[in-house]
Order: sequence, then C-alpha cells, then structure tokens
Amino acid sequence: MRHGKYPFILAFLLPPVGIYAIYMLSPYIQALYISMTDWSGLSASQTFIGFDNYVEMWHDDQLRTALRNNAILVLVVPILTLMLGLFFASMLNVGGRRRGAAVTGVRGSSIYQVVYFFPLVVSAPIIGIVFSYVFAPENAGGILNRMLGAVGLDSLQRLWLAEQSMLIWIVVVVMTWSFVGFYVVLFSAAMQSIPKDIYEAALLDGANRFTTFRKVTVPLVWDTVQVGWVYMAIQAMDAFATVHIMLGINGGVEGAGDVLGVMMYREAFASNDFGYAAAIGVLMLVLTMAVAMLFMRGLKRERVELA
Amino acid sequence: MTTTQIEPAGPSSDVHVDENRHQPGVGAGERAVSFLNGGFLLLWGMITTLPLLWAIVSSFKTNGEFRTDPMGLPGGLEWDNFARAWNAANIGQYFLNSVIVVSMSLTMTMLFGAMGAYVLARYDFPGNRFIYYLFLGGLVLPVFLALVPMFFVVRNLGSLPVIGQFLGLNSYFSLALVYVAFSLPFTVFFLTAFFRTLPSSVAEAGIVDGCSHFTLFFRVMLPMARPGMISLGLFNFLGHWNQYVLPLVIMQDGDKRVLAQGLGTLAANTGFRADYTALFAGLVIALLPVLIVYILFQKQVQAGLTAGVLK
Repeated sequence: MRHGKYPFILAFLLPPVGIYAIYMLSPYIQALYISMTDWSGLSASQTFIGFDNYVEMWHDDQLRTALRNNAILVLVVPILTLMLGLFFASMLNVGGRRRGAAVTGVRGSSIYQVVYFFPLVVSAPIIGIVFSYVFAPENAGGILNRMLGAVGLDSLQRLWLAEQSMLIWIVVVVMTWSFVGFYVVLFSAAMQSIPKDIYEAALLDGANRFTTFRKVTVPLVWDTVQVGWVYMAIQAMDAFATVHIMLGINGGVEGAGDVLGVMMYREAFASNDFGYAAAIGVLMLVLTMAVAMLFMRGLKRERVELA
Repeated sequence: MTTTQIEPAGPSSDVHVDENRHQPGVGAGERAVSFLNGGFLLLWGMITTLPLLWAIVSSFKTNGEFRTDPMGLPGGLEWDNFARAWNAANIGQYFLNSVIVVSMSLTMTMLFGAMGAYVLARYDFPGNRFIYYLFLGGLVLPVFLALVPMFFVVRNLGSLPVIGQFLGLNSYFSLALVYVAFSLPFTVFFLTAFFRTLPSSVAEAGIVDGCSHFTLFFRVMLPMARPGMISLGLFNFLGHWNQYVLPLVIMQDGDKRVLAQGLGTLAANTGFRADYTALFAGLVIALLPVLIVYILFQKQVQAGLTAGVLK
C-alpha cells in the first residue's frame, strides 16, 4: 500500500487544487490589490493609489443609496423569512390536533412541503422576470394592478416599478417569496427530531398552540434558526440577479433600488472603473463577514438540551 | 397518552377520566384556529404557485390575449410562441450552450471534487489539513469580490498559445472551469465528510485483493459514495444551470450566452418588441429541466440543499 502513495495523492489533488487556485483563490488575492489602484481595465497602466478608492466611496451618494438598500435587505428579508418559515414549519409538523394522536402535521403537509420549496430550484432571473410582470403596469400584463382592480382596491394601484420609494421593498418581497420554502423544509427537519412526548406533556399541561410554539418548538430548533439566519443574511446581501433583472443595471429609477453587487458590476463592466469596483467588492466582503459575526453573536442563547 | 394517565386515588371513588372534561387541543376554539392556520397554509401555497403557474399559462396565449386579459385562460394553445422563443429569440442556442457548459462543469466538479475529497479524507500526508482549510475558506467568500479579477484571469489565459482558445473569454470550457472552481469548496467539504464515514475494512479488503490506489478509488470507494454523490450532483446541477452572474462576466459574446443570461437579455429587449408570450415561452423552456429534476428527485434535492446550510 505504501508503494506509489505520493504520486497518487499528487495526481488526485492536482486538478481540484489547480482549478481552485487559478479561478478562485488568485482572483480574491488580486482583488485586494486592484482595489488600491486606479485601473480602468482597458489600459495597461495601473497606478497604486492606496486608499483613494475607499475615500471616494465615502463621498459617493450612490454608494450610500446602495448601502442603505443592502441594509434593508439584510435586516428585513431574514426576519420576514424566519417568521414565515417558523410559522409554516410548525403548522406542517406539529400544528395538527386530532383525537388520539395529539401531535401531527396539518392535513396535506407533504404536498405543501413540495410546493413551498419549488421557488428555490427556479433560477433568480426567471423569478425576477416573472415578478417584473407581476408588478408591471396593467397594459403590459401587470397582474397585481389587475387583481387590485378586480377586488375594488383601485386606489392601491400604482406603477410599482416607477416609484423610487417602492423599489427596494419590491426586491424584499420577491426575495422573501423565494426564500421561505427553503426554511420551511429546513425547520421541518429540525422539528421532526423533537420527541413527540414533549408536545403531549405540554398539551396535558393545558398549553395552547402559541405557548407551545414559543416555549417548546422555537427553543428546540434554535440552533437551526441561528445557522439559517446567518446563511440568509449572506444570501440577502447579494440580491444581484433580482435587482439586475427587475430594475436594470442602473438600479431602477434614479438608481433608487441600487445594491452593492449591481453597483460593482456597473462600475467594472459599464464604467470601466475596475479599481473602484474592486474596492466595492472588498467593502462587500467586509460587510458580509461583519454581518455574519453580528448575527451569530446577536442570536446566541443558552442552548436547550434535551434531557 | 390521554387515556393511560394514572389518576391519584383520592377520597372520591370516581377514578376514570371524565369524558366531558375540557380536553386541551380538541375543542371548538381549537378547530377555529386550525381552520385559520389551514387558510394561511393554503394562501401561501397559492402565493408560491400562482406566479409560476401564471407564467406557464401566459406562454400559451397570443400577445393580444396577454395584454387585454392577463389573468384569463388562453383561447387556444399558441405553440408558435415556443417556436419563436426557440428560433427567433435564440433560446434554442442558449439552451444548447447551457447543456454543453453544465455537462462539462458537472462532470468535472463531481470527478475532481471526489478525487480531492477522497485523498483529503483517507490519506495522511503533510499539508492535508492546510489544503482542506483552503477549500473550506472558499465557503465564506462572496462571489462578487472575485468577479473583476476573474475576468482578467480568464482573458489572460486566452492569450496563451494553442490552448488559449479553450481557456479565454467566450469559451464553454473556461466557463465550466469557473463553475468548477466555485463549486469545489462545498463539494470537497461535503464529500470529505462522506468518505470519512466509509468503513476502512472494505478498503483493507481491496488492498489484500491487490487493488492499486486508483482501482480502489474507482471500483470500490466511488461506488460506495453513490448516495452522497447523487445529492451533491443534484445540488451542483441546479446551481450550475441557474448560474447568472458568472456567465455574465465570462460569456460576453451574444451567441455564447447561457440560458439564464439569455433570458435576462430577452426580458430587457421584450419591452420594445412587445413579444411577451415568446418571453414566457422561453421561461417555460428554461424551467422544464429543473422542474423535471425536482419532481423526480424531490427528496434528494431538498436533502442536498438543506445539507448545504447545516454544514
């Protein structure tokens, strides 16, 4: 067995490590340097300018808009998704009440789990395109306005994608819509591992469903919530495909729906300012790490152990 | 549980459970709550499915029908929408591009990922831990930071003699390599854990039978890792098929666009040409492969994707 061990290890590691180093590691390392140059990307000239790009970011109003929008996404999307995900998962797994079997899921649980999950396998561009027509004006197939009109809520109709203040909230809605099913499935898996007699005991003690949810279900799946929350915050930070498709490369009307990812892409490939784009990328990295750490800290709680 | 409980023997001789006593969880109030909850579930089910269903229904309408009656059912089935999307809107070409790139990237990801993970999991050598953590680090880095330099890496590789044409921008192979690089961290991580769980007695038996390192991997270990490989293969398939931002950078040439990217361009142009139903037909064409994969492997897809979070 010892014979030929190292040539074998080398032969097996070379392709994955090589590809990974060339296409993933080296770009990340280069990005840090490029962010400190004034490189346009077109010319060979590349001057080291230190932190000038970062200073420029500080004074960039559009970057402030993008940052605000990213902050909204990172705070609101995870909260909405978690609330809906926990609620639906507990309905599906322990929400049913029947004589004899105290704790089951509601009827049709298995179908709901399949249906809810579906948006997750659909690509973000497809979701973006479909929703840009949901929110479109009535004469371009906008079904939301059409539905509002049909139920007599004409006063709520508007040109959704033309109103600056609406743009980021539409992105929030679309992202939440596409995330929820995943967390329903994730939390369901966690809830299925909770022993049923805990629920039966709670039931006998006269706890209603809300109390059971608050005092039994949530504490026992909290580990999963914590992991999901961080993961989702990182995902929500991105939002690139949704914004790029629904609002365009300029981030919608007057750039009001801009996010960091789209801004970075625009600076790099439309404005040919690669140095500045890389600096935005570094900012995104720092923010993602910070958000992940903050979220992990903020949610730390006494672990509940099952005796 | 409710009937087996032991009542303490008190002064009263009545020890059986009173049937009319209020049973928590089963009453008129509870039934109302159940009804309400069921309503919410159904409502969310509708919110989830209707937009997609609407897109599918719209793909069978005429453009006139779509504009005047977006919510209605189509008068007939306009198969011509699909023909227009496939040919005129170039969706056929994009579909082919996606198939080519994904089949290359998926094969390489699974093969190279399994090779790396196998060696990292079952062989002891200097640098083992270091390489493992190097891959793990890739799990937390955002794609965006790499985007700009990656463009130059690929462009510069394109100017290499002879092999440059396969490695430059607008090449299927280089896009596939980029997909592989970005899928490796999770693939290696997941499969390393998987290979560690395989029993060493089987490997030892193989060695006694005179297997070389290579045959041991391909004939014994890889077949044993099949369940893990399937979950992960589905996970990577969906990720590669739905990829949007990486091809946006690498495939700048119109004819080389992949499906998701091509649909994005089509959506941006449709506003001017008002051929909405061809756009929706294109969406349905893009949706079909994932729909089929999801329906066939629904359990594994959910398992694979949720495993991605609970790492």
